[in-house]
Formats: sequence, structure tokens, C-alpha cells
Amino acid sequence: MAQAEPSQLLPAREQMAFTLGFHIILVPFGVAFTFITMLANYRAIRHGDANARLLAERWSKVAAVLFAVGAVSGTVLSFEMGLLWPGLMSTYGAAYGVPFAVEGIFFFLEAIFVAIYIYGWNRMRPWLHFWCGLPVVLAGVGGTFSVVAANSWMNTPGGITLQDGKVVSVDMWKVFFNQSFWYEALHMLLAAYVVAGFAVAGVYAVGMLRGRRGGYHRLGLLMPLTVGGIASVLQIVMGDFIARYVFDSEPAKFAAIEALPHTQDQAPEVLGGIFVNGDVRFGLPIPSGASLLSGFKPSTTVQGLDAIPASVRPPDHLVAIVHLAFDVMVGTGFALAALALWFAVSWWRTRARRPGRWFLRAVAVSGLVAVVSLEAGWVVTEVGRQPWTVVGLLLTRDAVQRSGNVWPLFAGALAIYVGITVGAVYALRALRRSWARGEAISGPYEPGRAVGGARCTEQT
Amino acid sequence: MTIAVGCVLLVGIVLYGVFGGADFGAGLWDLTAGGAHRGKRARDLIDHAIGPVWEANHTWLIFCLVILWSGFPTAFAAIVTTLYIPLGISVLGIVLRGSGFAFRKVLTGSLGRQINSVAFAMPSVITPFGFGTVAGGIASGRVPSDGYGDPVTSWLNPTSLLGGVLAVMTCSYLAALFLTEEGRHAGAPDLVAWAHRRAILAAGAAGIVALAGLFVLHEDARRLFDRLTAPALPLVLVSAVAGLAALAATMSLADRWRWRPVRGLGALAVAAILAGWGVGQYPYLLGDHLTISDAAAPPQTMDSLIVVAGLAAVFVVPPLAWLLLLTQRGELSDPDATSPRR
Repeated sequence: MAQAEPSQLLPAREQMAFTLGFHIILVPFGVAFTFITMLANYRAIRHGDANARLLAERWSKVAAVLFAVGAVSGTVLSFEMGLLWPGLMSTYGAAYGVPFAVEGIFFFLEAIFVAIYIYGWNRMRPWLHFWCGLPVVLAGVGGTFSVVAANSWMNTPGGITLQDGKVVSVDMWKVFFNQSFWYEALHMLLAAYVVAGFAVAGVYAVGMLRGRRGGYHRLGLLMPLTVGGIASVLQIVMGDFIARYVFDSEPAKFAAIEALPHTQDQAPEVLGGIFVNGDVRFGLPIPSGASLLSGFKPSTTVQGLDAIPASVRPPDHLVAIVHLAFDVMVGTGFALAALALWFAVSWWRTRARRPGRWFLRAVAVSGLVAVVSLEAGWVVTEVGRQPWTVVGLLLTRDAVQRSGNVWPLFAGALAIYVGITVGAVYALRALRRSWARGEAISGPYEPGRAVGGARCTEQT
Repeated sequence: MTIAVGCVLLVGIVLYGVFGGADFGAGLWDLTAGGAHRGKRARDLIDHAIGPVWEANHTWLIFCLVILWSGFPTAFAAIVTTLYIPLGISVLGIVLRGSGFAFRKVLTGSLGRQINSVAFAMPSVITPFGFGTVAGGIASGRVPSDGYGDPVTSWLNPTSLLGGVLAVMTCSYLAALFLTEEGRHAGAPDLVAWAHRRAILAAGAAGIVALAGLFVLHEDARRLFDRLTAPALPLVLVSAVAGLAALAATMSLADRWRWRPVRGLGALAVAAILAGWGVGQYPYLLGDHLTISDAAAPPQTMDSLIVVAGLAAVFVVPPLAWLLLLTQRGELSDPDATSPRR
């Protein structure tokens, strides 16, 4: 670690973390929100439910705003691949880039059918319109898988032949379906459903806390909460599989997650704590916890940080970040699953006729908790990979832009992203207000903003 | 296979130029449409015209990027490490304009609408200018094969400035042409006249800049000049003829024609000049020092990209054509939006 860090490494990493962290919040609304909307749309057509119809149409308009911001903030990430990490693209673009090419197809389909679906309300026959929404859901799955394929390849690169540091042959199948692909892909897909489900339900929980307890709000709470709840329970099962997979195949990351200084059996599972000077302090150790969880018996040997060659061992502060982020992810994940069980029990007992205030309060904040969980998860996978960009092949300091100055770009990005966050809040608030007005005047059976003759009818 | 991937990339650039270009140009006319009250109907027309399609049109940029960085990774790295300033500005512009456009459609207060109109319209000029300078830097050989070229003169040079100005002019021309047809479709003769005047203006400006540009290229990018005036000459002529024909077809004399080839001709004019650039560059990807085949990724990557392009042709092009058709027929519209019709 004696080598001096390249001057652009810090701003490049900060900018990547910030823009990726921003974009990832919008991803669930492109990937999973549409599914929830389609559920409402299906219910509306199948059962003639006017509330479901209104919810579906409004949700699609919210999705339109979020999808637009997601599309452009995703474009920033594509540019940053080159602007910040030219060393990654020039050497490994031939392999690493192709999953993104596949993603391009899904992104295209998403953009096309999102437009048809959003603008097709009241214009197309109901079932045709419904079927135009379905490709968006499928493209969300395909897009997630493609992008995660690229990301998981960085963790477990495979399918390439190197000669003199150059990629000379590529097995695309092995690049895409690399060792960690299914674990990461399903984990992220479930995460998208968790975030979208709880976040949307939270909006209606707030409404119900303010006394709006009609069928419209009830349905707006129940549908997304069911989706998010099921996903959150599945995520616990998925997480358990992934933890053992990381233990088996990415021992360096596992050591950082567990903040385990030395290779040992009867390795404790330390909850919380700060990793300084090569050891965890102030944590709550569960004796043999890590050994039990990874191998089902206390005698399981867990590789510690000392097993990593000193030249590529992550520094203490990164270990601390990975360890805490993991604890936050797991803690919030369990909290959400517990809320899902609470929901299931209260539904079973009372058919959720009058959800309690504490339950509603928990749902109201659950979206935020889910976002925290999502961000923490990405911190685990991205920081947990350091000092590598492509594990075993490319160090992050060799991937970064060598000349120029990234700080002004970062400053510009910060300013613009703050601006569009404010803009998005205002835009969503404007939508809510116009609906609140419309609801009071025209009732739930007349969607749209039929106020003051502002709406012109088309005469084609 | 390498040449095939090169062609796919060029097709992507042409389509982005035509579809994305028209969107960018709409932003310029939005910017100059006048105050909130006077410009309202023009802005409604623009919302109406590009609302459903701008995201799909924008996706062509992503398509070009992924083909470039997978198929020609070293060239991609060379371009971004050299031209990071205009690229950085352009991509932040993309964020601002996309968000601004999406927000203003749902905002009701006049202040919010104005702020977001500017957020949409200003970058609509800056971003194509930035991309134009990037094209100029590549075409005039200012991007070294190993990257890290001069971060300033690589895009602040005669060819780049020509590229930037020409990009803005072309986008404006295309947008004005398309908006003329949109106005006709919306049954708003005043908007037809408004857009048509701008189409003539932009065509004239683009023509003058293009002619002046010949001298610039002669001095600054000699190889490109030689290629454009020899093998690529037919394409340059097609572009000029199609551009003028499109303008003629928008004339009010032809008002009783039900079908006007305006969009097709306008698109052809832009497509031909972009294709001309591609022919002008051939067989080089960067200036006259990095050939397409030297920059190519291993053959398996090229095969995969051809498969991706094939899948795109089968699965993306038909629905995209359907979306454009529905939009053109006015069958997709936001019931909450105000119509530009009086």
C-alpha cells in the first residue's frame, strides 16, 4: 500500500458512489412499480373496480416522472464508465460491455412500452392497453439481470482469455452467467420489489393516518404491501443462500463483512462495532455465530482478513464500512420481513378492516427503511470488492482516469442532482394536489383533471 | 464481422441523429418561443410532439455507447479520456433536459413550469453542440489512439466548432420541420406558420454553415474534406437535395396533399450527412491513425454484438415503429395536457 493513490481516485469514487446511489433509488420504480400498477390494472378490468382503475392510472403517471429521471440518471452512469474508469473499459470492455448491450434492448422495450402504456389510458381498448404494460414488467426483469450480470462479473470474472494483459477471447455465455450472477440478480430483483412495494404502500399509510380511510386508500395500501411483503420474506431466504455463497466463493468479501481479523474456527458473528487497528471494538459478539451460519457447525473455519495478501488487503476503514453496511442491510431486511408478518397476522385476524395506528406508522416509514437497506446492500457489494474493480484482475487505482480533474464534474453533478431532486418532489406534489382537487370535484369515477375547462377534447 | 459492427454503430448514430436530433431541436424552439403566455401554445405543441417518444429516441444514444465500448473498447477509452469536458457537459445536459421536460408536464404553477422549461430547453442546445464538438474532434484526428489527448484543443478547434454549430442547426431544422407537420395535424394554422418560418430559417443557416464548413474542413481536416468531396460526395448531395425538398414540401401550397413526405425527406437529409461522415472516416475510427479493424474487440464479442443488433431489429424496431405511428396519428396523448389546438 506504499504506492501513492492516483489523484483522481477519490473524486472518481465519490462521484460513482453518489450517482449510482441516486440512480438505484429510482430503479425499483422502473422495475417493480409497473408490476404493482399492472396488478391494479388487472383488478380494474377483471372486477370493474373503479378504485383500482384510478390507482393504476395515477401510479403510471408517477412512474412516468420517476422513469424519466431514472433514464437520464442511468445515462450518466454509462458515460461515467468511460469518464471515470477508462482503464476498466479499454481492457475489459470487450467482455464487461456486452451485458450492457443486452440491457440496451430491454431499456428500449421499456421506454417504448412505458410510453404506449402511459399515453394509452382512455385511448386504447382496456385489454390491449393492459398487454402493452406487460413488456415493461418483463423488460424490468431482463434489464436488471443484464446490468447485474455486468456487476457480478466484476466480482467473479470468468469467460475471458488474457494474453499480455489483453482480452483475446471471450466466452459470452460465461461472462453473462458468471459464478455469482444468479445470486446477485435475484437479490436485486427482489430488492426492487421490496422497495417499490413498501414505498408505495407508505404513501397510502400516511393518507390513512390523516383520516382518509376509504376503499381507495385501503386498496392503495394493500396491493403494494402484499407485493413488498412477499418479496421481503423471500429476500431473507435468498440472503441466507447468498451469505453462504459469499463464504464459499468470495472469502475476502466475507472476511470484510464479518470484520474477522484472523482465520479461525468458532468465528464469532459480531453485530455492529467499529473496525479499527485490525480489530472490532464495541461490537456485540455472538460466539461461533459466523461459523454456524456459514457451515452449520462451530468448527467451521472462516477465512480472516489475514488470509488476504497484504498488498491487496482492504484498509481498516473500508472493512468498517462493509461490516456496518452489512449489518444495516440485514437489520433493516429483517425489520421489513417482520412488518410483512405483522401485516399477514393482522390481515388473518381482522381482514385489515381497521389497521392500527402503529401498524400504519410502521408502513409509512417502511419505504425509507427499504431504501436504506438497498443502499447498504450496494455498499457491501461495491466497497466489499475493494481494492479491486475486477477481482483478481484490475485494481481500482489502475482503472481510474489518469489525467484531468474530476472534481468540477462531480460538483456539477451534485448541483444538478440536488436540483432534480427538488424538482421531482415538487412535480410529485403537484400531481398529488391536482388529484386531491379533482377527487373533491369529480369523484373517483372521473379520472383526470377536469377542472375549469382546462382539458380539451380531441376531435380526430 | 468488424465492419458489420462498425455499420451497426453508424446506423445507431444516424438514428440518434435523426430522432434524438429532432427532440433536441424542439428544445431550441421551446427556448425561443417567447414568454410564458405568448409561447404557451408552441410549448404545448412541443410537449404533444415529443412527450411519448423522447425516451425511446434517447435510447439510441445508449445503443451507440454500448456498441462502441464493447466493440471498440480502446477507441471508446481514447475518446472519453480526451474529450471528457464536452462529454461531461453534454451528459449533465441530458439529465437536466430530461428531468425538466418530465417535471414541467406535471407542474401547474407558472414559476415551476418556467424553471423547468429553461432546464429542458437550455441543455437542448448545449448537449448537441457538445456532441458536435466531439464528432469534430474525432473526425479531425485529435483523439490519439491511446487516449489522453489535449483536453482543450481536442474540442475547441475549427472542425469541432463547425461540428457543434452544424449539430445545433441540423437539430433545429429537423425539429421545425417535424413541428410544422405536428401543427398541421393539430389543426393549428398559426403554429404551422410559426414552425415553418423557423424551418426556413434553420435550413438557410444550416446551408450557410455547411458551405462555410467546407473551407474549414479544407484547412483543418484535410482527409475528411477529400473524402467528403470524393467517395462520400453522393451522400452530401443527397442530403442537400432532400433538405431542400423537405422544405418545399412543407409549403402551404401543398396544403391539400394528405400525405406529405416531409418527415421522410428531412430525416433523409440528416441521415445522409451523418452517413457521409461515416464514409468519410472509413476505414478509420479515429482520425487517420486508428483503423476500425485495429480497434476491434475479439471476434466473439463482435459476434455477440451482431446477435444483439439482430435481436434489436426483431424485437425493438417493430414496437418502436408502432409507437412512432401511434404518436404520429395522434392516438397517444396525455388526457391531462392541454391541446395546442385553439
